[in-house]
Amino acid sequence: MIRFIHVSKEYARGGLALDDVSFHIAKGEFAFLTGPSGAGKSTILKLVYMEELPTEGDVRVAGVHSGTVRRAEIAQLRRKLGVVFQDFRLLEERTAEQNIAFALEVTDAPRASIATKVSRLLTQVGLSSKANALPRELSGGEQQRVAIARALVNDPFVLIADEPTGNLDDRATRGVFQLLRDINAAGTAVLMATHNLELVRRSDYRVIEMNRGQIVYDSAEAAADAAVDGRSTPA
Amino acid sequence: MRLTLRETLLAFRRAPLLSALSVMTIAFSLFSLGLFVLVAVNIRDALQQVEERVEIRAYIADGTPVEALAAALGDIGAFPEVARADGISQEEALERARAELGEFRDVFDAAFLPASIEVRLKPGFRDPETVSAVAARIRTYPFVDDVRFGEEWVRKLYNIRNLATAAGIILGVAFAAVAIIIIGATIRMAVLARGREISIMRLVGATDGFIRRPFLLEGLAKGILGGILALALTYFAHSLISRTLVATRFFDDRIIIAGIAFGALIGFLGSAVSVGRHLRRV
Repeated sequence: MIRFIHVSKEYARGGLALDDVSFHIAKGEFAFLTGPSGAGKSTILKLVYMEELPTEGDVRVAGVHSGTVRRAEIAQLRRKLGVVFQDFRLLEERTAEQNIAFALEVTDAPRASIATKVSRLLTQVGLSSKANALPRELSGGEQQRVAIARALVNDPFVLIADEPTGNLDDRATRGVFQLLRDINAAGTAVLMATHNLELVRRSDYRVIEMNRGQIVYDSAEAAADAAVDGRSTPA
Repeated sequence: MRLTLRETLLAFRRAPLLSALSVMTIAFSLFSLGLFVLVAVNIRDALQQVEERVEIRAYIADGTPVEALAAALGDIGAFPEVARADGISQEEALERARAELGEFRDVFDAAFLPASIEVRLKPGFRDPETVSAVAARIRTYPFVDDVRFGEEWVRKLYNIRNLATAAGIILGVAFAAVAIIIIGATIRMAVLARGREISIMRLVGATDGFIRRPFLLEGLAKGILGGILALALTYFAHSLISRTLVATRFFDDRIIIAGIAFGALIGFLGSAVSVGRHLRRV
């Protein structure tokens, strides 16, 4: 579903951000991307929603290949995945409801269906009472919930989250993380970059650890290796 | 389309100050261009009036038969360069001279002044070369004694006209360029102020066309509003000048429409270029 094949990314200014990275995220999976700042986590996420294209190698997301993708296809791809950020990226002059509706309007969704869908999403993220609040009137955790609701408008197959709890206190972090777990439980894959090792330890999801543009640890591969080792060990 | 319209109106409503500022900037840069064009148009008019006085006068030998003169008048009147050719008899010449030089009316008698043919040229044929050529052709008639057309004066007038045209084109291009640069920068500022919004739109999967449309409409609207405002300012300046200094002619409909269209075009293209830069990133 998301597959990186020997992907390298070099920025014109800033040098090599990713160095020969390969991995695969399966349908419905939950995976953490961890590692220090500058390890390449955000670059991986940008490659997934094709904000950036690889310098070498191939990124494949839901049948779209980075090598042959056209601009119009990128817009279509983004409607099939949701993205949330540390800084929420909400439109400041629009209410929670309008921010969510906006993502539907830009994709030419039928107008009749928008209101119903928005109210359902607000309920899902627990903000039905704050529909008419502007972002600045909401707490950080609430703003991130609006952002998550917006990311979910088109029923994405994957939710990409770049440090979604980076600006939140513990309580809000737990709430947002629980929301992401619920979303994953409902069938949407989640790829989440985070510094918060506490969250990583508390769950048993896959962990991909990055350092200096390379994958230094992948719990899925470690488990596979362990399984192979286990089988090859004489009984 | 409904959505595009709504987004455009929202943009005006959310940033009324910035919108007003860019409309004013557009208006004042078009206003300076408009003032220049107003001056240029009026100078051209004045020169045209002077040019209309370019004429060739052919003096006719005494005793030329009336039929020969009439035939020549017909011939000359049919020259492609000639607007009209009139015969002036000796008596008419005397009348004119008396009217023009009232004090000396008694000094003249009819035999003193020759009959003549007065030739006026069509616009576009009043340059020194053409005037000389037509004069030379008239001179070939055997009964023509002399041909005069104020050669020196025609040459000077022609030079002034050329100078005015060249200055008009160069200054006009410079004024237009300044207007384009200022309006372009203003529109760019308006787009930059919404860079974040553009990136969010792209993030949620809006197509380039969808993102671009409200900006293009906004640029177009600002250009038209600025153009209308500039026109009003120019009209005000024109009536002020006409009342206090010198009577001037205002723009005809064609220039008015061209001016507003110019504003609309710069607003539109400025937006297209500015948004395009934002969208060019993958």
